[in-house]
Amino acid sequence: MTAPTATRLIDHFKLGLDAPICLTWELTYACNLSCVHCLSSSGRRDPRELTTAEAKAVIDELERMQVFYVNIGGGEPTVRSDFWELVDYATAHKVGVKFSTNGVKITPEVAARLAASDYVDVQISLDGATAEVNDHVRGPGSYATAMRAMANLKNAGFTGFKLSVVCTRQNVGQLDEFKAIADTYGAQLRLTRLRPSGRGADVWDELHLLPHQQKELYDWLVAHGEDVLTGDSFFHLAAFGDALPGLNLCGAGRVVCLIDPVGDVYACPFAIHENFLAGSVRDAGGFHGVWRDSALFQELRQPQTGGACRSCQHYDACQGGCMAAKFFTGLPLDGPDPECVQGYGESALAGVVAGSAPKPSLDHSHRTERKPRPVTLTLSRRPPASACDESPLAGFEVIGQPSGSGCASGACGC
Amino acid sequence: MTAVPESPAVLDRFDLDRAWGVHPSVAVRPEPFGALLYHFGTRRLSFLKDPTLLAVVTTLSDHPSARAALAATGADVAQQRRLARALATLASTDMITERTEASS
Repeated sequence: MTAPTATRLIDHFKLGLDAPICLTWELTYACNLSCVHCLSSSGRRDPRELTTAEAKAVIDELERMQVFYVNIGGGEPTVRSDFWELVDYATAHKVGVKFSTNGVKITPEVAARLAASDYVDVQISLDGATAEVNDHVRGPGSYATAMRAMANLKNAGFTGFKLSVVCTRQNVGQLDEFKAIADTYGAQLRLTRLRPSGRGADVWDELHLLPHQQKELYDWLVAHGEDVLTGDSFFHLAAFGDALPGLNLCGAGRVVCLIDPVGDVYACPFAIHENFLAGSVRDAGGFHGVWRDSALFQELRQPQTGGACRSCQHYDACQGGCMAAKFFTGLPLDGPDPECVQGYGESALAGVVAGSAPKPSLDHSHRTERKPRPVTLTLSRRPPASACDESPLAGFEVIGQPSGSGCASGACGC
Repeated sequence: MTAVPESPAVLDRFDLDRAWGVHPSVAVRPEPFGALLYHFGTRRLSFLKDPTLLAVVTTLSDHPSARAALAATGADVAQQRRLARALATLASTDMITERTEASS
């Protein structure tokens, strides 16, 4: 066997690819729910939303760039009147679709239609294994909606859809229960990290995992390996020991990005802020031009220095953590993650002036409904549990030189 | 992601003397490091980290057997064995598939 090539796959990814491996596309800011931790501060439709024709033009570009699939989200994407038309258009143009939904439109008829397509995957969001825990975050009735949607998918014969959970202080003690729910419905569990993005900033202090919970989550993920998807969102936990399955890489602007409902292109789904705005699909060069030429993405593809983390022996494992998590908690991007498992985040946060953390540039929250509010911790006597989302690159394999690398993205939130 | 198995069992089930080709549901995207392969049916993504392997995969359909496609690369025996193992892995995940008489 020949020696491994000088350049590792992950090094190629860090320097960026000519096209994203997958990307997240939030189709609308409109949503029937008002989840307290919504990373896109969704609720109301933006009147500048991409038209059907504009959306199809983006799909044409993705086909030309050979972006194999998109992770469609929102808002609640299925409330767009042209949602199914766009899904059909994408799959007809060799762009596969996985869409995230709270389940509101997944009727038995829709489930049957989805089960018949090889090119569409579905991800049901659930943030508590019990209605008590879930509905406190996602709103009254949302647990029942999700469970009904999963029952409809199962009854239609759709196996392997995703059950996606954002891990919080309140649900991290329910990981086994989430797994049981996924198994019951023939779904695959996907756990992702809570980010202080969008309305998530308002509940971060109440919902983000406590240090001992992070360790419990890490151990649980190690024990379950590749059975559970993570969207590569927990690479900051790699500093506990072994890397988790996945690429353990921030793919922002390198292998993933976000297209928002009005066509703006951001480095990642968790960074809807002008500092991470690379351009718009409405620009003259289209999406391809933004991906290829934006100054922001060019900068992200430069070798990273590690900054304050450079001297830490765990830097190679955690890579300094999540850019968005640092930004929205007021930390420097080249320093530790706020949830650094070595505790460096806590000491760094102590130096952040209260109220100085950047606010999201956009807010489409419903004006009259559930306002973000602190979540009480009197919900359950269960120990807190965690779980998070999924990864765009889940389930991929490296063929050729076997190595320790894994799936990519996650940063992409896919 | 799954580590590529070294398992001889996978190789045993892969018949080098049959005609193979990229699965019709698989798209191939060339990259500087090799290629990305995506199977729309299984929704699996694979990375080919070796340009020679990519060349073999994309020319499988031009040859009467996988063995002939490997020989055409001019690679030495050790490398051909390694490439064969990679093909076996790709076959085990349906990224490449046996061609039928009609399609070959």
